[in-house]
Amino acid sequence: MGIGSMLIVCIVSLAMGSVITLQTALQIESGWIPAWTVGFVARTSIVMELCPTIISLLLVGNLGSRITAEIGSMRVTEQIDALEVMGVNPASHLVLPKVLASIIVNPVLCIFSIAFALFGGFATVWLTGCISTYNFIDGLTYCFRVYDVVYALTKTCIFAFVMSSVASFYGYRIEGGALELGKASTQGIVVSSFVILVLNVVITNVML
Amino acid sequence: MIEVNNVSKYFGEKQILHSINTQFEEGKVNLIIGRSGSGKTVLMKCLVGLHSPEEGQVLYSGREFHNLPENEKLLLRKEMGMVFQGSALFDSMTIEENITFPLDMFTEQSESEKHDRANFCLECVDLVNVNKLYPAELSGGMKKRAAIARALACNPKYLFFDEPNSGLDPKTSLLIDELITKITHDFNTTTVVNTHDLNSIITIGETISFIYQGHLAWRGSSDNILTSDDPTLNDFIYAQPLTQRLRKTL
Repeated sequence: MGIGSMLIVCIVSLAMGSVITLQTALQIESGWIPAWTVGFVARTSIVMELCPTIISLLLVGNLGSRITAEIGSMRVTEQIDALEVMGVNPASHLVLPKVLASIIVNPVLCIFSIAFALFGGFATVWLTGCISTYNFIDGLTYCFRVYDVVYALTKTCIFAFVMSSVASFYGYRIEGGALELGKASTQGIVVSSFVILVLNVVITNVML
Repeated sequence: MIEVNNVSKYFGEKQILHSINTQFEEGKVNLIIGRSGSGKTVLMKCLVGLHSPEEGQVLYSGREFHNLPENEKLLLRKEMGMVFQGSALFDSMTIEENITFPLDMFTEQSESEKHDRANFCLECVDLVNVNKLYPAELSGGMKKRAAIARALACNPKYLFFDEPNSGLDPKTSLLIDELITKITHDFNTTTVVNTHDLNSIITIGETISFIYQGHLAWRGSSDNILTSDDPTLNDFIYAQPLTQRLRKTL
């Protein structure tokens, strides 16, 4: 679960890193501000906010809707009823593995995302020459704290839990047919995204 | 034997089942019949524990299913097999994996034992060389038979079929009916079939419970169903022109 999203995560991260770097370089073009600030600001934005949050929101649309559709179609086609009649707990059999897989895989995707976003920033600097690559790398490594990465991964884990559990909930409680399946997927995405955005504020307040 | 004592079921304010009393006998094909929306499926779901009745009892050989402790309920569930209307095979598993799934969950059998059991169950339903296929690759009739094979995997004492003939052509329906009768008699299961297929009613119904608007309106067998004087049952049985012509000959 989630490995199939690697390509889209890498493409989005590459573009995001590139744009953030370019925007920062354009906004702080001043003799008073050292050039390495571009790398510093880009790194901080990418590691602490953009990758954990944007990638989680991306995965809500991609993975979350898939989880809702998968569990929902199992409900509609009575496969969940079949599990219950067999004496298998459908929640633990279907939902728990998905939640655990998301909590394990999403941080891995986040690390890839950070790497690709930083590479996107570096490539932009190298291609456009807005600042020197030396200054950019200097900014990237300036005041680097491992805690920032821990903070990013902690957020990603929490968002992964929210995404998979909300998506599973909406899939599990479907009653009806294909129309309900579509509605449930949309509701799951909306609710997950909203909860993630609210939690982002809360976690930032608590951890920083 | 399964005994249903005064079972009532409500969805919100609406009462779906009204004090149903009936019995499903061991080693026999027991039918629940009735029009669409009469409460047949709700009754069957109450039997297998997918719904809990608000009133009444469902007794499996004297054990009250809905009030059993969870561990005993689980043991009882292992004695049940159910074939759903749409077969409900797990899409992501092959046919063999579908059949061995309950064995994976509840037995300590080795892979070769499970493989042998899957082949035995598939032979019972006359399906061969489908072990590695996925449900999407099978026809409707084959899916039904694969679902029956899965229901047989744990050697159940109680077998439930929810509209086993729906969506099947008459010839395949006959094969499924024959299969249900054969399995019931070969394995001495208490088989409960939920159907409104007239051919099934006449050919395989050893006991028949007719549900009308949530009430048990009539109980009998295929021997006396065509000569019943119950007006609601006759409305149901002789609804089609073909059966109306049959009635004139009786």
